[in-house]
Amino acid sequence: MALGVLDGVKERLAGKVQEASVSHGVLVLELAPPEVLATIQRLKSEFLFDLFLDVTAVDWLGQSPRFEVVYHFYSTAHRVRLRLKTRVPEEDPTVDSLVPLYGSARYMERECHDMYGIVFRGNPDLRPILLYEGFAGHPLRKDYPKRAEQPLVRYRDSPGGRS
Amino acid sequence: MAGKTIPIHSASAFEYLTTKKDELVGWARKFSLFPYPFVTACCAMEFMAVSSTPYDTDRFGAALPRFSPRQSDLLMVVGTLTHKQAPILRKVYEQMCEPKWVMAFGACATSGGFYQNYAAVAGIDKVIPVDIYVPGCPPRPETVIDGIMKLQDLIARSKHPLLTADF
Repeated sequence: MALGVLDGVKERLAGKVQEASVSHGVLVLELAPPEVLATIQRLKSEFLFDLFLDVTAVDWLGQSPRFEVVYHFYSTAHRVRLRLKTRVPEEDPTVDSLVPLYGSARYMERECHDMYGIVFRGNPDLRPILLYEGFAGHPLRKDYPKRAEQPLVRYRDSPGGRS
Repeated sequence: MAGKTIPIHSASAFEYLTTKKDELVGWARKFSLFPYPFVTACCAMEFMAVSSTPYDTDRFGAALPRFSPRQSDLLMVVGTLTHKQAPILRKVYEQMCEPKWVMAFGACATSGGFYQNYAAVAGIDKVIPVDIYVPGCPPRPETVIDGIMKLQDLIARSKHPLLTADF
């Protein structure tokens, strides 16, 4: 039943997507960044993927394009899951925002912007959500130094006990 | 009603005792610790365990958590301190009245624990002074009680000036 729905989605989206496969019962679509918004619009209206689960990114340092933005959706009508991936380059890591389609995208896109520096065109509020104002860089990028600290308060001169 | 009444001011009752001021004040202070739990992470579970019946910090006079730093004199930092939390911890510490003591509860508060990343402060003593460090991830209740008792010893041994430079 579930896989039948996914096969239908796969057939009807053929041509739009670069690659489509079913992995562990999840339909995985890979497509170019300009296709993302229109495809998700169709997924929502035609195939009833009404629940936006998450957006995150993968930093393939050394590859080009460097970043892979990964979306997850769930259809409460068909009870199936779908993963959608798109690659964006380091110089311009921009994809369209999903805020017009899913209100919950606001916060998830802010987090992804914090951690990976992906820019979501159309999200009205990309202020830091988990990080703080003034934080330089994006800590989950593979080239962010592991030991780097950006403290908000001045450290005491002599850490240790009461002195 | 017939019976023998004992006069309060009899010659046999204590009318005065002699001691040192620092010992008296230290004795009073060490048994009236009002903790402020600054709880940020999973060590909170162990804090609940040590506060409640089977272990019971009330036996050490450290039972009543005050949720205002102005009314407390023991700041228990329970859990990981993040850079985003550090200004809040500094402010809470500064709001506490003297005399005040700080306990670093658990590995993260002591040294950052296993965190070494963009988010965590490697030990609260980079931000505020600490009197007693309780190791463990999380510490056993016995460890915390041992820490409280060591802190009490420290308080009992300390000088307790009645007049300070600020007053």
